[in-house]
Amino acid sequence: MFAEAAVSILTLFGAAFVLIGSIGLVRLPDFMTRLHGPTKSTTLGVGSIVMASLVHSSVTAGSLSLRELVISVFLFITAPVSAHVLSKAARKMPRNREEKTGP
Amino acid sequence: MLNIAISISYGLIALAMGLNLWRLLRGPAVPDRILALDTLAINTIALIMLLGIARASTFYFEAALLIAATGFVATVALCKFLLGGDIIE
Amino acid sequence: MMRLVPQPFLSLAIFGLWLALTGTFGAGQAILGVVLGIAIPLLTQRFWPDRPRLKKPGAALRLFLRVIGDIIIANLQVARLVLGPTARLRPALVEMPIDIEDPLVAAILGSIISLTPGTVSIDIDFERRHILVHALDVADKAALIATIKSSYEAPLKDIFQC
Repeated sequence: MFAEAAVSILTLFGAAFVLIGSIGLVRLPDFMTRLHGPTKSTTLGVGSIVMASLVHSSVTAGSLSLRELVISVFLFITAPVSAHVLSKAARKMPRNREEKTGP
Repeated sequence: MLNIAISISYGLIALAMGLNLWRLLRGPAVPDRILALDTLAINTIALIMLLGIARASTFYFEAALLIAATGFVATVALCKFLLGGDIIE
Repeated sequence: MMRLVPQPFLSLAIFGLWLALTGTFGAGQAILGVVLGIAIPLLTQRFWPDRPRLKKPGAALRLFLRVIGDIIIANLQVARLVLGPTARLRPALVEMPIDIEDPLVAAILGSIISLTPGTVSIDIDFERRHILVHALDVADKAALIATIKSSYEAPLKDIFQC
């Protein structure tokens, strides 16, 4: 019962952050600021859904299950790398020089 | 209770994916579209993990991991293409 | 012993990751995990001839917990910024000088910056010894640099002694 409540709250929290990341992607004014929405909120969003899945499968299986953590570890390593390459690509595009962000 | 929470979460993530699609179609520049695709891949991971919780099955884990890996490689390859016109230098 | 396990923490990490990935704690997978944990560092040793060494694992664990805590706080702050009026944002590019001697440690610092409060590291210029940081909402550039330096760079220098 307690575990079910924890799983419910974690999934809702995670889904809300996934949505906030995408809202940031749509609302923020230029590319560099848009980069902040997904790389942050989506990482925590997926992170808490992963935690929910971990708690759920541990409770249903009756033993500790850590495989879901691999996804979070993978995302935490790759998210900064994709943000880095994306910003490099954006800086190279002449048309996409910052509209709002000064030096 | 869990069923209701998961149904609401499905809705929230579907809405998020819709917003990503809007950014993907709208642009304005190519990096914005790549960013939208990357976010779409990450949202798909969240959706598949939710399916795994709802069906109480561990088989969805592999699918989520595969999408994480291909999504990352796709993002890096597309950016490398923008940076140099070549994926492998 | 030292020859067989040149990077004990890498071996431990591979072993742990293998057990987590297979999702079982049986003897067979554990043995395979030990074999991989020994074989992979030995096979890849030549890829990084002068790799940085983890000198203080306790400090590394403390930094890890602090980064996790900061990520959660960062997400709440960024959520507020994203949902609030976007015209009031003050995005800025900040050039942050670094005094880390090792490229890999500088890359770790860049990754931590990307994962935490409203900041993304855009370019790590190791020749000129600085990291170009983009921040979503900056009131004071010097304060931002000082925060990053004291909370992440100093612990990293301490952990790897470089």
